[in-house]
Amino acid sequence: MTFSRILAAFAVLLMASPALAAEGEQYEPESHEWSFSSPVFGTFDPDELQRGFQVYQEVCAACHALGQMSIRNLGEAGGPFYDPDYPNPNNNEVVRQIAAQYIIEDGPDEFGEMFERAGVPADRFPSPYPNQQAARASNGGAYPPDLSLIVKARGGGAEYVRSLMLGYDYELPEDVTLRPGQYYNPYFPGGVLAMGPQLVDGRVSYTTREGQAEVEATPEQMAHDVTAFLTWASDPHAVERKRTGLAVMIFMLIFCGLLWFAYREVWANLEH
Amino acid sequence: MSGPSTYEPKTGFTRWLDSRLPIVRLGWDSFVDFPTPRNLNYWWTFGGVLAIFLVLQIITGVVLAMHYVPHVDYAFDSVQRIIRDVPFGWLLQSLHANGASFFFIAVYIHMFRGLYYGSYKAPRELLWILGVVIYLLMMATGFLGYTLPWGQMSFWGATVITNLFGAIPVIGQSFTEWLWGGFSVGGATLNRFFSLHYLLPFVIAGVVGLHIWALHVPGNGNPTGLDVKTKNDTLPFHPYYTVKDGFAIVAFLTIFVGFVFFYPNALGHADNSIPADALVTPSHIVPEWYYLPFYAILRAITFDIGPIDAKLGGVIAMFGSIGILFILPWLDTSPVRSMRYRPIARWFFLIFVVACLALGWCGAKNPDDIIIAMGSDAEGHATGFTVLTFAQILTAYYFAYFLVILPVLGFTEKPKKRPASIEASVLGDKAVQPAE
Repeated sequence: MTFSRILAAFAVLLMASPALAAEGEQYEPESHEWSFSSPVFGTFDPDELQRGFQVYQEVCAACHALGQMSIRNLGEAGGPFYDPDYPNPNNNEVVRQIAAQYIIEDGPDEFGEMFERAGVPADRFPSPYPNQQAARASNGGAYPPDLSLIVKARGGGAEYVRSLMLGYDYELPEDVTLRPGQYYNPYFPGGVLAMGPQLVDGRVSYTTREGQAEVEATPEQMAHDVTAFLTWASDPHAVERKRTGLAVMIFMLIFCGLLWFAYREVWANLEH
Repeated sequence: MSGPSTYEPKTGFTRWLDSRLPIVRLGWDSFVDFPTPRNLNYWWTFGGVLAIFLVLQIITGVVLAMHYVPHVDYAFDSVQRIIRDVPFGWLLQSLHANGASFFFIAVYIHMFRGLYYGSYKAPRELLWILGVVIYLLMMATGFLGYTLPWGQMSFWGATVITNLFGAIPVIGQSFTEWLWGGFSVGGATLNRFFSLHYLLPFVIAGVVGLHIWALHVPGNGNPTGLDVKTKNDTLPFHPYYTVKDGFAIVAFLTIFVGFVFFYPNALGHADNSIPADALVTPSHIVPEWYYLPFYAILRAITFDIGPIDAKLGGVIAMFGSIGILFILPWLDTSPVRSMRYRPIARWFFLIFVVACLALGWCGAKNPDDIIIAMGSDAEGHATGFTVLTFAQILTAYYFAYFLVILPVLGFTEKPKKRPASIEASVLGDKAVQPAE
């Protein structure tokens, strides 16, 4: 893995002419094989989504909100912790336990006071910062974007997110200068961003649930898993959509064929 | 073409109704017994496709409006709520957003068909003009609707387009502020855009009624451009065209649902999944694809023309490119309707279609992008044939097609021999020769 990356980086260095290495030059995201790649048959692997959620929770969530998602979404059909025994995710034990890890501000109570309580599946994922200003103040002026739609909101989609996670090993071009708290990543527009490399060896130790194979949390594995999770989060009904679409397409094609024969029949004895 | 009605009410109730409100008779005469040229090809099926899409957009739109919140703080989240939490909301949203795109695909095919077969010529001038009115209303409705999700492209697209009105001399600024309901695109703008986006489809439906009325007076044109002369030239609309249109509509819908289910975001823009932010301008603001040719024309005017500055010139050119369609029936001087029998015009038409597609391509590009590199300037920047130059050439052709080519060709072109009748074009020698 590392060897191929060094090789890739070397190839990029060889190919990049001086003009191309200028500031603002953005690399095309690396292509990658996903279980959800196919627009018709692609699906999500629940184990992958569970690991991806763990990476989000232990790494990304420190700075990035997931504001469009509720905790219950994790246990809904197609989600990482979906269990057919619990069609209502509010009853799903795993989801309830995850929810209980969060402290939610609620209220006001009957005395007009706000209070804190443990989360329930119906709660939204709490934001790491109370507002955008607080987020900027903690991150050197940069605003860590909400990740609920990140894969849909970037032209490069999942490939872009994964490449960005792993894109810190490139040599700084001469004409790019970094201020403290800035990092170089050629997959990012402009090449300079305030987020440092996050997915380093040993950052996450994957939980292995019953019946799951043990997976080592290498940077590539974490980037793959968290991107799969964020792709699901951007479009949680994707699998349901594709599956419905397949049935609708089969129906439409049969309908189309029947109408074609009806048309031939009606016009059979007519020259036109 | 509306001859004597052949409707005969058969029951007591329909006789009672027919003598008071002959609505069944109207439907019968318009869609069952309506005499339709027997030689219509598949290009004639898009009128039916468009009617279906208007209904689809209204139905999905009405349901979406039950869940949508037209407020700057909630609009974006409410669309996400529709997609994520409303039962089958993801389907409604995808149908409506992709429905708009396919509505425009169908209307462009319908319009190019009209241009090729001379459907705008007498006695169908008003029919054509009503069609252009519908198209303008569709453009307005599409633009208003694209603002509603309140993403980055929604906001900045609305800002760019509404700012165009600022180019109007003297009243430009105050007119634009009146449109906005403030000093920039904001809460008041979103609210009124929602209101108008809900209103205009019903106005479209009304004009579509007039369009069909105006169609049913002279009847359909046809690929030969010849008038209907005898009963042998026509077939009753039902079952011949109900089944042919039905097949074409379902075939078109099949492609449509392919996008709805498998590529729901292919025709959208990633930036619109970022909530609107007045402080962050996207690096490259592009309108929806169906406006791109006009956006390219707008940006092609980069020079002052006498007292008209470049911005106003661009706005005039953009609106003029659609406005010119209103007078097209009087610009085309050829007495021959169908370009099937116009050997020179059909080539210019083909170039016109390519020019429109190429303008769309230019609209999506940065005007300074270089298509063919030719050396570099003193500072080392590459120079060459830019998107802007290309768009200017195409814009010139667009207007020349209507203002020079069609008026002149009518006098200079020698049309090919046309068949004696519609029937003869279909049956050849087997046709019963109409009595001279």
